[in-house]
Amino acid sequence: MREVAIVGIGVTEFGEKWETSFRNLFVEAGAKALEDANMGGDQIDEMFVGNMSAGRFVLQEHIGALIADYAGLVGNHIPATRTEAACASGGLAFRQAYTTVASGLNDIVIAGGVEKMTDVGGSETTDALAGAADREWEGLVGATFPGLYAMIATDYMNRYGLTREQLAMVSVKNHANGAKNPIAQYKKEITVEDVLRSTLVADPLRLLDCSPVTDGAAAVILCPMEMAREFTDTPIKVLASTQACDTISLHDRRDFSTLDATVAAGKRAFAQARLTPKDIGMVEVHDCFTIAELCAIEDIGFCAKGEAGKLTEDGQTALGGSIPVNTSGGLKSCGHPVGATGIKQVAEIVAQLRGEAGARQVDAEIGMTHNVGGTGATVVTNILGV
Amino acid sequence: MSVPRYWRKQQNRYRLKGTHCETCGKYFFPPRNLCPTCRRDGKIVDYEFKGDGKVRTFSIIRTASEDYDLQTPFVIAIVELEEGTCLTAHVVCAPEEVYIGMPVKKVFRKIIADGESGVIVYGTKFVPA
Ligand SMILES: CC(C)(COP(=O)(O)OP(=O)(O)OC[C@H]1O[C@@H](n2cnc3c(N)ncnc32)[C@H](O)[C@@H]1OP(=O)(O)O)[C@@H](O)C(=O)NCCC(=O)NCCS
Ligand SMILES: [Zn+2]
Repeated sequence: MREVAIVGIGVTEFGEKWETSFRNLFVEAGAKALEDANMGGDQIDEMFVGNMSAGRFVLQEHIGALIADYAGLVGNHIPATRTEAACASGGLAFRQAYTTVASGLNDIVIAGGVEKMTDVGGSETTDALAGAADREWEGLVGATFPGLYAMIATDYMNRYGLTREQLAMVSVKNHANGAKNPIAQYKKEITVEDVLRSTLVADPLRLLDCSPVTDGAAAVILCPMEMAREFTDTPIKVLASTQACDTISLHDRRDFSTLDATVAAGKRAFAQARLTPKDIGMVEVHDCFTIAELCAIEDIGFCAKGEAGKLTEDGQTALGGSIPVNTSGGLKSCGHPVGATGIKQVAEIVAQLRGEAGARQVDAEIGMTHNVGGTGATVVTNILGV
Repeated sequence: MSVPRYWRKQQNRYRLKGTHCETCGKYFFPPRNLCPTCRRDGKIVDYEFKGDGKVRTFSIIRTASEDYDLQTPFVIAIVELEEGTCLTAHVVCAPEEVYIGMPVKKVFRKIIADGESGVIVYGTKFVPA
């Protein structure tokens, strides 16, 4: 296996993009990544693009070729592949690109993600997202996607004594970070009271516990480490890229409050990188709902089970804390265009490790990403370093 | 939801019919026709669950997809059946009534109606026991 580096990143602004089409979103992210890597599109050997549900959101399938076409990459007829694992679709695209470069199959590979979620109405979006879990035995009996995470929260709060306020603090912290991120969907700070006063979506989760519905795209460019300096002075190494799966339904899990796929992917990542959680300086975790961030922090191994609420309350996960979590604002405040999220997480860590994160800059040499599909049926983790 | 898709699993939904692996003794609902533990050594037979269980965790759905919009707020729960299997289901009770550990039993109920003249879908819900 070859050492792999990231040499370019590009992310669109996240939000409700009425004026921008699905394909143009991706083209914008891809062009930014190419510009960042000082390379031309004709140098790209292969492309992977994460997308959950263009079929439902914009009635379009066959995303790989479409995106390659409009990104001007069909001249060389490169392989262009869509990857899908619900909200972890972007994470999958990254890992496919990584394995392609690491194996020596191709040299310069672009990994992207895109989702255009606001062209359909609210209840249609809710229904499409329910397809991230088991449509047949969860969705069809009335469980919404927020409802499934709400059941994790109910179980967790009952077992570990997490308070409603501690849960709100996750969102408050992520909004504080998002307020410093120019691409974030909600660039505004909020208070614990704002969260507790927001509408109930699925008890105990309220509107401000939920990631929003978002349009956006992201792209990163990978190449062998030995080529990286042709494109950039600050290549970022991929130290590990791992993936794990679990039961599709929450009701079949060993433990509702532990994502065993996170535990498995995390362990594999630390083994591959020969590191431990203590070596990680910052992490982007999949906070599709506030409770998910707490589970992730524990399941990766940054603290013991049941302690992430306290860690958050003590400010240890904030920008100046011992393990800054979601400096981008996370899914909550930066936004969650589902297919793009896994790539945006990587782009955030790269920007941080290069020292280009502006007001959100933290001091770290090694960062990690954690991207979840469904309620934990797929997890992708990556460890990146300078 | 398409009619054939629902009809295919009608018996399972109406009567809480799942499956049972005679090799390792595990019960499955939703039904599985491959035992994840024994795989090809498993012997899968049909099994109708008694329908007694308890609430393991729950939520009250306030924002639902269109099919369920008229029923909000409603209680959704993961119910652990006496046989040791968990499933996701509606619990028919007031939102403030439900708690972790609440004993429940199965009932046959209307699940959703597709408009006034559309298909009415029936299935299993749970009520406090
Ligand atoms: C929580 C949710 C149901 C809210 O949707 P909704 O009730 O239709 O909300 P609306 O679109 O009517 O928005 C109401 C207001 O709140 C704001 N808002 C909506 N969602 C928000 C969020 N998550 N955070 C902050 N503000 C939000 C909107 O901008 C709007 O503000 P405005 O009135 O000033 O324009 C929806 O965002 C959702 O489904 N989120 C979960 C997405 C999901 O499951 N993703 C996959 C996870 S892996
Ligand atoms: Zn068996």
